[in-house]
Amino acid sequence: MAMGMSKRILAAAAGLTIAATPVAAEKVKVGFITTLSGGAGIIGKPMKNAFELGMEHVGGRLGGFETEIFYGDDKRKPDVAKQLANRMIKKDRVHFVTGIIWSNLLIAIHGPVTRSNTFLISSNAGAGAVAGKRCSKDFFNVSFQNDVMPEGMGKYMTDKKIDNVYAMAPNYQAGKDMIKGFKRMYKGKIAGEVYTKLGQKDYQAEISALRAAKPSAVFIFLPGGMGINFVKQYAQAGLSKKIPLYSVYSVDALTLPAMKDAAVGTYGVQHWSPDLGNTVNRRFVTEYRKKYGKTPAFYAAQAYDTVLFLDHAIRKAGGVGDRDKLRAAMRAGDFPNTRGAFKFNNNQFPIQNIYLREAMHENGKYFTKTLGVVLSAHGDSYAKDCKMKW
Amino acid sequence: MDPLLLLEQFFNGLQFGVMLFLIAAGLTLVFGIMDMVNLAHGSLVMIGAYLATTFIGWTGSFLGGLALAIPATFAVGALVEVVALRTLYRRNHLEQVLATFGLILFFNEIVRIIWGPISLYSGLPDYLTGQVEIIPGAPYPVFRLIIIAVGLAVAGIIYAIVAHTRLGMLIRAGASNNEMVGALGINIKSLFTFVFALGAVFAGLAGMLLGPLTSVEPGIGEPLLILAFVVIIIGGIGSIRGAFIAAILVGVVDTVGRVALPVLLRAFVTDAAADTAGPAVASMLIYILMAAILVVRPQGLFPARTG
Amino acid sequence: MDRRQIWLSLATLAMFAAVPPLTVIFDQPFYMDMIARIMVFAIAAVSLDLILGHGGMVSFGHAVYMGVGAYAVGILSYYGLDNGFLQIPVALGASALIGLVFGAMSLRTTGVYFIMITLAFAQMLYFLAISLEEFGGDDGMSSMRSEFGGVIDMYDAMQFYYVIFVVLALVLFGLHRLVLSRFGMVIRAARSNDRRMQAVGFPTYRYKLAAFTLASTICGLAGVLFANLNEFVSPDVMHWTHSGELMVMVIMGGMGTLIGPVLGATAFLLLEEYLPQWMEMAMTNAGEHWAIIMGPILIAIVLFGRGGIHALFAATIWRSGGKRNG
Repeated sequence: MAMGMSKRILAAAAGLTIAATPVAAEKVKVGFITTLSGGAGIIGKPMKNAFELGMEHVGGRLGGFETEIFYGDDKRKPDVAKQLANRMIKKDRVHFVTGIIWSNLLIAIHGPVTRSNTFLISSNAGAGAVAGKRCSKDFFNVSFQNDVMPEGMGKYMTDKKIDNVYAMAPNYQAGKDMIKGFKRMYKGKIAGEVYTKLGQKDYQAEISALRAAKPSAVFIFLPGGMGINFVKQYAQAGLSKKIPLYSVYSVDALTLPAMKDAAVGTYGVQHWSPDLGNTVNRRFVTEYRKKYGKTPAFYAAQAYDTVLFLDHAIRKAGGVGDRDKLRAAMRAGDFPNTRGAFKFNNNQFPIQNIYLREAMHENGKYFTKTLGVVLSAHGDSYAKDCKMKW
Repeated sequence: MDPLLLLEQFFNGLQFGVMLFLIAAGLTLVFGIMDMVNLAHGSLVMIGAYLATTFIGWTGSFLGGLALAIPATFAVGALVEVVALRTLYRRNHLEQVLATFGLILFFNEIVRIIWGPISLYSGLPDYLTGQVEIIPGAPYPVFRLIIIAVGLAVAGIIYAIVAHTRLGMLIRAGASNNEMVGALGINIKSLFTFVFALGAVFAGLAGMLLGPLTSVEPGIGEPLLILAFVVIIIGGIGSIRGAFIAAILVGVVDTVGRVALPVLLRAFVTDAAADTAGPAVASMLIYILMAAILVVRPQGLFPARTG
Repeated sequence: MDRRQIWLSLATLAMFAAVPPLTVIFDQPFYMDMIARIMVFAIAAVSLDLILGHGGMVSFGHAVYMGVGAYAVGILSYYGLDNGFLQIPVALGASALIGLVFGAMSLRTTGVYFIMITLAFAQMLYFLAISLEEFGGDDGMSSMRSEFGGVIDMYDAMQFYYVIFVVLALVLFGLHRLVLSRFGMVIRAARSNDRRMQAVGFPTYRYKLAAFTLASTICGLAGVLFANLNEFVSPDVMHWTHSGELMVMVIMGGMGTLIGPVLGATAFLLLEEYLPQWMEMAMTNAGEHWAIIMGPILIAIVLFGRGGIHALFAATIWRSGGKRNG
């Protein structure tokens, strides 16, 4: 039959081509997926920049092996992320899929990627949904688990005996997780728990209600534009000086320039800061500033760490051929990184320090200053539900 | 809920409503007169905000920046109308929707390329950052009071134009039957361009006022656009009066609903359930309101023309 | 409805059918997944064509039914009910019911009011989905592929592909017959002059509502396949921009031709996939600015694409001189 004949010819031709290629050392192939277009591109681009900087620092070779990186733009859509991951695995045959900013995209690709004998490394997303029962031996998170930041804030405010806190977050999964995490460690009284509309711009109504509740402090999780709007309006309502504001993931290198004085004096917690003194971090921040003209934010640091993580593990395991050996090398978690103290928990999420930071204005610059450690060597609360032991 | 707080929330709703009116006014005019669905109207809000922020930066003066941004937005509006939208008047609504949908993509990206993707800082001069105690015990931001004043003033100006000038008469005539107006020898093309640019200025003004309150970044227009459409549907297409009343209604319902619903629900279900269901129902409230009104009056509250 | 549409439909279906063996020969399994995804959207686009292209009902909230179908699968899967024979009827029933309710209210309005009210209803469901904390909310949730009691293995890429293919073929065939029937005639006639049809004695509202409900049901079926394809459901699929994209697919392919939207979905999704790559090849870092080219392309399609891709084939291949759409 015609079809069968052409199939045979094709197969023969393919065979000849393979025979003609000299056997080469195994190339390491890595896929890196972030959001590069649209509004959220301001997070993805620095991550890609930092990843490229990291590759430069390891001489373009992970673990000493020739490396090929495949970049993908997920446009912040779960099904696009899934398509990208699919293409990287089936067409580009990557050994690692890395990157991923958003928790919902992570959840979308987690199952398919881990089932396909490919390692998945999250450089930012830390959804609790994949940290507990659904933990996987092929999934590593080198950034953080979402809940640990609000947990750190909850502990800090409890220790400081700040009672009567008003909590606000947007009404979506991450927002609810943040408040839940906060309440896990905060033992004081909650003056109010408010969920706003995702993407809401104007918070005057919430600010009016907040003032009427007379809390002693306000805790918010309002990432990106939402945080910028709220913090500005909070200051305009005259509350910045009256009721102290505490936040997670809301005041950072990206949003602070748009908030300026409105944010000064607010407190936040984070697992990393540009002013952390370890050698790796100092090199990263200096070189990043030199090359890209801006101070990096935590997601960039995580993308950089991803490169160092892979480089160290591949070198230690002697290649990507033996996946079990590679996994053991990755689990050791002793790679050089921007955070200093770092270990993996049994669910392959980080155990790291959480620091308290304050937004300041000095010498015409707005930045966050690290004040101290709030939680040291803190593991997330989902690890106990993960059945992995090693 | 404490009655003073409720009163304060009404003020918040009024301010939000007035802002919606600024956006809806241009939209309903363009609809009413040119029979055109313009999804890119939200982009004009964004462009106004960007222009104002830039000019304020150049001149160092808030009012100076605004004074430059308003005519600049008029010019942009006129340019967009002549270059991109004129061809759409003859087309059916579906094609207008899709073409202006494409325009949204284009504008958001152009803004991103020119000004960068990061949020611009947009602040207020010191003399506008204070509070006033209009309600005892509740200091209210001065700037928001100014927004209410500006919105009401613009509403007044529009009313004056539409009811008492020749231009207004042309607008009203055009809203009922633009072919006839053309047949009577009026330069329809210039009228359309002018009306569109005027609508652009109102929308841009909303953006300029919103900038210091919120953020200036690509895509800030789209969520407001949807609400503006809800406003003109409720108010009746082509009716300025309808747009005003509907805008205030929508603003108040949305604002008061958002804070009152969780509290109200606590009377019926557990606290935890109310805290999660409350925001959900609150986001849907406006659409439920619109559906309810359309069931009773499918043409909106004050339709400018039949059919 | 003429011969060229039938030939074009058969040719397109034949090409889709040939994809899996070709991907096996060239050892490019990725492309089978990519075309499978295109077919799922094609089904949704064809369902929109029934009401938009043939009935003139510009529904700006059609993507919502994909979400309903997807969530039906996702929610049942969440409770361990993976049986496809259960999931599909539930999904179709839910889509039909919601379509009926939304349609009943929306069809009381006409023109631009109709467009906006369908958009508003879509927004409602979108926000509702985000607030469903139990089912992942904005993050969405993973779901398993449907089980069919060992008869079909949805995890086998080729079997899954042909399941989607068969659904697409059946939908095309079924709607083709429907459009040619009296029902279809009433719908199309009501589009050009509703009042006249009513005067003649047809209760056009009921016909339109029936068509609307049918379209939402078929779109719900596309949603079932979508959830299976991604092994994941999230509110994102209900966002109004997706409804806009479905409308673009219909116009781009050729409204009112049934096969047109299939071609439109193919062209649109391929463009979405490859445009950034082409731009990247032309200039580094240009790929992320794909929207600045995509926007004008959409506008150009609307302004100059009389009759869409379908008309392109009609003109160049057959030169039949017959009536053209648009």
